[in-house]
Amino acid sequence: MSFRQFQERTVKYVLVGAALTSIIVVALIFLFLFREALPFASDPGLKELASTRWMPKSFQEAGYGLVPLITGSALVTLLATLLAIPFGVFGAVYIAEVAGPREREILKPFIELVAAIPSVVLGFFGIMVLAPIVKSVFGLQNGLTAITGAVLLALMAVPTIISISEDAIRSVPKAYKEASLALGANRVQTIFKVVVPAAMSGIIASIMLGMGRVVGETMAVIMVTGNAAKVTLSPFSSVRTMTATIANEMGEVPFGTTHYQALFWIGIALLIATFCINLVALRVLKSYRRA
Amino acid sequence: MLFNMKSKLFCLIAGVSAIGILGCGPKQNSTAAPGATPAASSNAISIKGSDTMVHLVTAWADAFMKTHPNVKISVTGGGSGTGIAALLNGTTDICASSRDLSAEEIKNAEGKSLKLTDVAVARDALSIVVNPKNPVNELTLEQIEKIYTGAITNWSEVGGNDGEIVVTSRESSSGTYLFFLEHVLKKKDFSPNTLLLAATSAIVQSVSESSGAIGYVGLGYAHDAGEKLKSVGVKPSADAPAVLPSTETVLNGEYSISRPLLMVVSKEPAGAIKDFLDFCLSAEGQAIVEEAGYVKVK
Repeated sequence: MSFRQFQERTVKYVLVGAALTSIIVVALIFLFLFREALPFASDPGLKELASTRWMPKSFQEAGYGLVPLITGSALVTLLATLLAIPFGVFGAVYIAEVAGPREREILKPFIELVAAIPSVVLGFFGIMVLAPIVKSVFGLQNGLTAITGAVLLALMAVPTIISISEDAIRSVPKAYKEASLALGANRVQTIFKVVVPAAMSGIIASIMLGMGRVVGETMAVIMVTGNAAKVTLSPFSSVRTMTATIANEMGEVPFGTTHYQALFWIGIALLIATFCINLVALRVLKSYRRA
Repeated sequence: MLFNMKSKLFCLIAGVSAIGILGCGPKQNSTAAPGATPAASSNAISIKGSDTMVHLVTAWADAFMKTHPNVKISVTGGGSGTGIAALLNGTTDICASSRDLSAEEIKNAEGKSLKLTDVAVARDALSIVVNPKNPVNELTLEQIEKIYTGAITNWSEVGGNDGEIVVTSRESSSGTYLFFLEHVLKKKDFSPNTLLLAATSAIVQSVSESSGAIGYVGLGYAHDAGEKLKSVGVKPSADAPAVLPSTETVLNGEYSISRPLLMVVSKEPAGAIKDFLDFCLSAEGQAIVEEAGYVKVK
């Protein structure tokens, strides 16, 4: 084997190794989660996870139902995504198509700055400023609700959506726009009937990425959603998310107890949720590419 | 080509199994060696546990280290449950606990052949706090229990204005939570509508913001929060007089919602650990208890 051959082979293996690392890591994480969670399936049984009562510390009967946590996470995530989409997409359209170069130079760094705010700082802002506002605007008794969390999380998702959507919109070939304008469409028609549909796959990918960030966000949610483990679909009610439950309870739980295993099941549920979001994103991307 | 595929596969398998073995390592270590703990070097003491007790224990540690310069004490919080878990896992020497040990914890300790000993070093009392605008000034223990279990949901049911009661509590990792669950809720479950807040400061914030909120905080906290909160008088039974929380009423036993603050060790205290525990119970140590806003035991 010549030195050259050896060199090429080494480089190749390093690259293959690097590419495989993420697959191995995901597989190992799944393996580890299941290994820790598995005893739960035989002792209280998986049926317990389907209950609507999350009450791990109880002198009556401990409840390990994931339903309130899953609905809590789903409610906050959906609300946050719904709030973030118009701001994110219209913001991206504005920056990519309407704003002049100077405006863009000012807007972009500020948007990126919002993305860089640590979530615990946003949480602090949420508890001190946002919660009282939500409370008085909606006439509630208590400002620590799903909608408060959703507003904060939308704030975190918007920069992700804007920057990726903007890239997608700007990479639409100029010829599309020129053709549309030449055919007599005005600017608004061109943007919303030609440019945005052409960039749709990138925009949807950005929304999914934003959603991914929202599902996994922990600190801000712990601070502002009130963490009441009840099954509800009301945005004005307190909810407990999966991430908040793991973060709050993992610290004090003794190794190997049923409660500990239940927390790992939450981890598995979270992983499956993000997996599904990504799967849907891929599907949507594919179908748009075909069209 | 075939050779290539094979070697790739081999790399993958070797990689996975190597990481797998590594992954199993720490777990076995942590269960196998509860005895080989930081206690081995007797001049470094680590204390972990109750968030309620952190500033008290830190004050003790500072005073103790002044007179014993060769001893290093590190104090961390995290909650009584966290501290006891750390004690059982052998990662701390002393656990500061603001509640008695649970039967499950004692069972876990026996499983690891550790004998937990606890020393009561001070007393704490929980104030039941409401918004200052709330006209309710006193509640019976039974009413508090019913508010927290969800049987009473409107202030008008306990002599206040018509309005929803916003029930706030600490997170379930908090020793205060368990104490409240055991002694005020009489082991009944919290209502699922209860807001579980991560810190006492969040309870203070919520109760001072919301006219319909109720919460429980340590006596010292309620005192420090001043005008933002109102402590209600607690009646042990419907016809007994209401008792406001204070050092006197806790010490003479009139105030019902009070608890011991404990130091828990997993083996017979010796050396620096014993000296430190003795110091906590000394006149100087107990003076620090009073300064920190708790009630002394000696």
